[in-house]
Order: sequence, then structure tokens, then C-alpha cells
Amino acid sequence: MDFQNNAGPETANEEDIFVPSDDVREHLVVVGNGMAGCRAIEELLARDAGRYRVTIFGAEPYVNYNRIMLSPVLAGEKSFDDIIINSREWYDDNQIELIAGDPVTGIDRTAKTVTSQSGRTVGYDKLLIATGSDPFIIPVPGKDLPGVISFRDMKDVDTMLEAAGKGGNAVVIGGGLLGLEAAHGLTLRGMKVTVIHLMDTLMERQLDEAAGWLLKTALEGRGQTILTGANTESIYGDGKVEGVRLKDGTEIPASLVVMAVGIRPSTALAREAGLDVNRGIKVDDHMVTSDPDVLAVGECVEHDGNVYGLVAPLWDMCRSLADGLTDQHTGYKGPVTSTKLKVAGLDVFSAGDFSGGEGCEDIVLRDASRGVYKRVVVKDDKVIGAVLYGDTADGGWYFDLLKREEDVGKIRDLLIFGQAFASGGGALDPKAAVAALSDDAEICGCNGVSKGQVVGCIEMGACSLDAVRATCKASASCGSCTGLVENLLAVVLGDDVQSGPKTMCKCTSFGHDDVRREIVAQNMRSIPEVMQKLHWSTPDGCSSCRPALNYYLLCALPGEYVDDQQSRFVNERMHANIQKDGTYSVVPRMWGGLTNPRELRAIADVVEKYDAPMVKVTGGQRLDIFGIKKEDLPAVWADLNAAGMVSGHAYGKSLRTVKTCVGSEWCRFGTQDSTGLGVKTERMTWGSWMPHKFKIAVSGCPRNCAEATIKDFGVVCVDSGYELHVGGNGGIHVRATDLLCKVSTEQEALDYCAAFTQLYREEARYLERTAPWIERVGVDYVKQRIVEDDAGREALRARFLYSQSFSQEDPWAQRAAGAESELHQHLEPIAIAAE
Amino acid sequence: MTDWIDIGTLADIPQRGARTVQITGEKEIAVFRTSDDKVFALVNECPHKKGPLSQGIVHGHSVACPLHNWNIALKTGEAQGNDEGCTPTIAVKEEGGRILIARPTALKAAA
Repeated sequence: MDFQNNAGPETANEEDIFVPSDDVREHLVVVGNGMAGCRAIEELLARDAGRYRVTIFGAEPYVNYNRIMLSPVLAGEKSFDDIIINSREWYDDNQIELIAGDPVTGIDRTAKTVTSQSGRTVGYDKLLIATGSDPFIIPVPGKDLPGVISFRDMKDVDTMLEAAGKGGNAVVIGGGLLGLEAAHGLTLRGMKVTVIHLMDTLMERQLDEAAGWLLKTALEGRGQTILTGANTESIYGDGKVEGVRLKDGTEIPASLVVMAVGIRPSTALAREAGLDVNRGIKVDDHMVTSDPDVLAVGECVEHDGNVYGLVAPLWDMCRSLADGLTDQHTGYKGPVTSTKLKVAGLDVFSAGDFSGGEGCEDIVLRDASRGVYKRVVVKDDKVIGAVLYGDTADGGWYFDLLKREEDVGKIRDLLIFGQAFASGGGALDPKAAVAALSDDAEICGCNGVSKGQVVGCIEMGACSLDAVRATCKASASCGSCTGLVENLLAVVLGDDVQSGPKTMCKCTSFGHDDVRREIVAQNMRSIPEVMQKLHWSTPDGCSSCRPALNYYLLCALPGEYVDDQQSRFVNERMHANIQKDGTYSVVPRMWGGLTNPRELRAIADVVEKYDAPMVKVTGGQRLDIFGIKKEDLPAVWADLNAAGMVSGHAYGKSLRTVKTCVGSEWCRFGTQDSTGLGVKTERMTWGSWMPHKFKIAVSGCPRNCAEATIKDFGVVCVDSGYELHVGGNGGIHVRATDLLCKVSTEQEALDYCAAFTQLYREEARYLERTAPWIERVGVDYVKQRIVEDDAGREALRARFLYSQSFSQEDPWAQRAAGAESELHQHLEPIAIAAE
Repeated sequence: MTDWIDIGTLADIPQRGARTVQITGEKEIAVFRTSDDKVFALVNECPHKKGPLSQGIVHGHSVACPLHNWNIALKTGEAQGNDEGCTPTIAVKEEGGRILIARPTALKAAA
């Protein structure tokens, strides 16, 4: 964390004179505003918030941000704001003086002061050095040319983005994690990237040869050039970088060179101050340097002969340091490390010693088609190392076995297949796998959070992923353990995950019912208005909430609300059903399942004219024409309109079909004119938008040939009248209808149908079929509203018919006449001449 | 040198929507316009089952694939959340109200 070297003097933007406050508390000055420095302060505040007055110096002109997340910023997946750990408010709330953009240049241990680049001198009682590390720059000719950078801070990212904006070639020197992330980001930004790696295996410290090869192959598949065993001789260019020359004479042109060959502890400041420095600043178990009033933490320190470049050990150091500063004595113990990484979107895990050697056995599983490689190293019936590529789900379990030095002799044969098999559970249930982990098993490597801590915070009331992230920080950094945390939530809470009202989607804290009530109560009239008034957390919602809001507004404001096409699922926007190859199928309406020669001829003509590969009779008693291109849809509809047919809405959350049997007109068992009633019902209900699809059927006798008892609204005709059934479903969960009531006339059947449909339209949640809705509210409630409350039924019916007066305009005819042609037409095609 | 091809104006693309560009002998390209009027171009195929991304719901700087609701980042083409996969992107820029896409990357990505 190169706080001391990179920032220019022009960045100091705070007030010029530091005014010492009349605060009598001991003054803790932190040199370094990075992850370790701020985390140490967080740990300290958690223990004894008021004990020290704190001043933090940072070389970069920013608040504290998550340096690990620079890669997603480079890749365009996150913005700088997304990776801020502590905003300005955190500093203010905790009365921390932040002096950003003004690096400390000297420490006077006798006077107990530090001096910054801008000349500011500040006294301290305790000093914490958290200067992090500096990128290692290999000493080759040309290393100082403009365009040669490291990948360490926001300024480097900005430089890379600027270079990528111009396109061209980039060279990344170093095939470790950082180098590969830089290469990935630059590739995504459109640069042609070559990675130069001195060793023969990429990420050789984390991966063995086989996994390194898989990684190399995958990256090459993405268009990167990977040169292993390649030794940089010089960087050439006239006034700015133009390329890299290798020892073997190869020249690789490049307008940007990123050096990512490693980091070294940033110790210059400590060394000049006369502190004991070896590879890093030497510290004891409480992170105290050779001067008892000077502490150091993070990548700049050396503890027990070791220096660390990963995040997890740093967090442990910060805890030990804070314990020491608040007179609690635990002390830091060096860790066994494991690495679970996403390199350029590829899953990689390694732990322990996988170099092999005397007495070591390798157990290897390769699945070439899935791109999976697993290797577990066993010595004396104990796991001593593991390398996983492509499938890292069992990484935590292997690491757990390794740390506990568990005897794996009995499960050796199954070990490689992972925990679910080896533990004898048989079923590959990720929840069982998580449940079987021991309490001290590490879940979040970034923040050093164990299973026990996550479970503890869930039991204390963190019922959602976000709540867990906010409390114990598990899954809050790189996110690779999110699946584990979610499984733990499921294990601990069962069905109570995210307890409290279920929100509509992640864009809002309101549930469906709340949103709907507020739309009506506040007379909201557009999607942006709803999002504004109900504090949506996203600029324009998501693919879950937008269609729901569009429906709720449409239902609340018939004839007034202007439908938002871009908030419709593709099928409703295109008025046809998208198929797996991107073409559409077209289903014209056949009232009550009836048709005639003219309609059949028109359909036959369309099939031939547009070369439709298939035409099929549907379950809803009509014909489905497959394989129509989006640009041909308006012409197809024009042809069908010409024969008198309209949209069948087979694509919508809307009234689909009214299925009928032939009834008393022909059938010897028929009791009523079921076909006639079906046609009347469909004429009344077609075109209405619903929370979900809605199917009606009318059967002419209790033999029920139209299968009315698995429809949303079903009529079964009997001698004495009409049985009305509701809430049936023939889908994934078959549900037979509940009997709503029996009526004696056809008109009553139609009236009840209209009222029931409107009740469903007004009260079910979006994407909730009638079956789950009725199970939620109870059939007695529906009976009370439709059967027992005559005035209420009549009002519902009137509202339905009013709404229908706006919705029974054939959308196909509008499109055939040219409406919204941009949804169907391509932009001008491009002819590319052979180059 | 990047060769830029004029494909139309910003107004040709519906806000929070997309239009498609067909290139002779190459994969179709989807050109998206977000609510903040940023323009992105991707091969019109979801990395999952090749669903036509141009027909998805555009929200923020992402599009939800119309076939199985995978969310694809418009800037990078990467699948979001737990899904993994990447759709090739094509460099795009706006100049004097016209939308231009890069020819070589378009060819390479679509190849």
C-alpha cells in the first residue's frame, strides 16, 4: 500500500494549518489511510471508542477504499463509490481527522512528531505505521518511461482506463493474481493484452502446473496472449513506451505496460526513523515496533520472520493491535493460509503445501469437459495441501481438514469427490456440506470470519445476506463466499431467511402489498414516480420490479396509464412468444375454441408464406404458428387480421383462452350451451392484463371434458344451472379448483366471472397465479367478496368492464398498422467488404 | 486504427431498450440505450443459451436475458450474480449525435 510514494504534492486539499484541539485524550496518529490502517482504527473503536484522539494521514486524495476491489473497477463492474469502505461521514462521526493527499515524509521519535510533504508537523502519543507495500519495479531499461505503471491504486486504474480508451496493445509483466486481474480488466476494456510471466506456471505460488495450464488455456480462449518462461530484457520507446523486448529478442508492441511482479513492504519511513527493519518493520505479537510508542500493522510489517500480502492475516493483526492498545492481551499468531480466488471470473483455490515430496500422495480428479481439476495432497493420512480449479466448493472443507490435521484414512477413497460424498451423506446438498463444517471453519477468507461467527450473527438477528455482511462482514469484500453464507442462513433459519416482509425485489424495502397500497393511496401515476416516492435503491429498477409496477399502475389507472413497453417482458412487448432460437410463435384467438374455413385458410397461408417450420394445436384449443422472425410479425398479423382474427394473448400475463366442450348443441350428455357461454365469456374477458396468466374453461356437463376444474375460473354446467369453480392449476403443482358457488343463469355466470377476475386483478401479487393467491387469502375470503357481498360483486364487475373498455383493442392490428415499428425492424444492415 | 461504422442516431434506439444491427456473414449485434442515455454494443447472444439480449429488459447498465433472466452487464458482457459467462462487447462511441461502433472489434467479437 504505497501511501508514501505515489501522490504528488499538488493533491493536498485540506486546510493548511492543523489546529490541535483542546482534546486531552492521548493522540494516536496513523500513517496510512488504507485497508490496514483504517481497519485497525475500526477494531479500536469497537473496543473503546473514546479512548484515543485519532488523526490519519493518507497519501492518496481519497477516503478509505477497498484496494482488493480495484480489479472490478478496472473491469467496469464497480465504480469507485462502490468500493469505498469508510465514507467521509465515518471519519466525521468518529471525530477522526483525515489528512488525505498529504503523505508523511518524516518521523521524529525524540520529539514524537511526524512531518508531512506539505510541511505540516503533528505531535503524537502513539504512532501507527500502516504504509502497506510498494509495487516491485523490475530494474530494466525503460522502466521509467511514461506509460509504464503498476497496479496498486486508483491512480493506476485511471491511467489504465485512459490508455484503454485509446485501444491498442498492452503488456502485463507478471502472471500472478494481480497481473492476471489487470490483464482481464484491460481485455474487457478492449485492449489486446499480452501477459509476460517469468515462471513456467501462472500463479505458481497458488497453483500447480496442471491448474496453471487450465488457467492459461482459459485466458487464451478469451483472446489474451500468455507468454510463460518469458524474461523481460527492456522496455523501449521514444519519449513514451512503445513495447517490451524479451531476452530471446521477441518484441511486443504496447502503448501501456503494467508491472505486476510483486510487492514489497513499504519500510523507507520506518528505516529512516531508526526503527528495527528487516524485510518488513519488525513487530511483536501486539504489533509494537522496536519503539514502544510506535506500532505498525499490515503489509509493511514483519512478524516472526514472515511478511504477508493477503488480506486475512492483516485483519488478525488489526485485532491483536487493538487488543494491545486497549490493554487486552491476546497476541497475534501467524496463520496457515488458504487462497480462494476468482481470477478473471475463474474459480481457483489452494491451501497448504502442494509441492509434493517424500511420503506425499496425490489424489487427483480431472473432468476435462467441465474444466475441473482437483488435487488433494495427503501425507500420513492427513491432508497437507489442496489445489482446486473450476470447482472450488469443497475448498473450505479441505482447508478445515488440513488445519485440524484430521485423520482421513477412512475416507481417503472418497476424499476427492468432496465433502458430500466423503461424509457419507450421499446427497450432494450444499446445505448439508455447510452444516457439517466445524464452528472454527473459515467462511470468509477476506475478513477472517469463521462459521461460528456467522452463525452467531445470524442467531443475533441478521436474517439476510445484507444483514450478515453489515454485522460480521462475512462476504462483504470479494463476495466469493456468498454461497456459503446463504447456505448458512438457510441452515440456521430454515424458511425464516429474510424474515419480516418479503420485499418486492432488491431495489426496494417494500413488499408487493405495500407498494400497491401506496400507489393507490398516493395516486401515483408513473413508474419513475413510484420509484422516487418509495425510495427505490436503483435508478430504474430491475427486471423483477418494473413489470410488476407497470401492471399495478395499469390496473389502478385504466384508460389513463400509458403502458411502458420497456417494462414488459419480451413476449408482452412483442405480442408473441419468444422461442429458444429467438424466433416467435403466433397464436391467433379462436373464440371458445371455434374456427371456420376462412380462419383456417388464413393460418395455412401464413404458414406457407412465411415458411413457418411448424404449426401445432395447443392445449387451449387453438393453433400455434412457430418460427416467425420479429421483423415478419407485423405482416403475419396483418394477414391474420384480414381474416378477422385478433391476438390470442398466448404470450401474456392476461386472459389466455376459454376452453369449451361442445355442450348441449351436439353432445347427448350436454346440459347447457357450454360452447356459447365460452364464446361469451371470452368476448367479455379477452385483452385484460392480469397478475399472471389466466385460463377459463366451460364444461357442458359434470364429465368435464373441458377440464374446467384445473382452470383459474371454471364453469361446470349442470341441469339446474352453472357451478362456478376457482383457483385451479394444471402446472407444476396441480391444484383442483375450489367451488365458489352455483348460479342459475348464464348472465349470473358471466357476472361472477367478471367480479372474480377483477378481485384477482386488484389483490393478487404480480406473478401470483389464482391457485397460490387463493391458498394465501383463503377461499372463504373470496366467497365473502364475490358471493355474499352483492353490492361488492357488482362494483367489482363494473370496474372490470370499465377497464375492459380500454383493453379490447387488438394489439396486433396496431402493430400491423405500423405502431412501434422500431421493436420489429433492425437498424440499417452493414455489409462488410472482404479485407 | 479503429475503423468506426455509423449505425444511426441515439433517437433510433428506445430508451431502456435496444436495436439490432445485422452484419453480412457475422453475428447480429445488439445496441443498447440505457435510462441515462449511455450506449453499449454486444453480440446479440446470451452466454447461457444464446438468447437474444436485445429483447431483454434493460435496467441500470444491465440487461435481463429474455430466455432465462440471466443478467448481463452491458459494459463488460459478463453475467452477473451467480451465473458465469461472457458475451463479447463491441466498442461504441457517440459523435455529433451519431452512434458509431468499432469495425475490427465487431468483426473479431462476432467471428
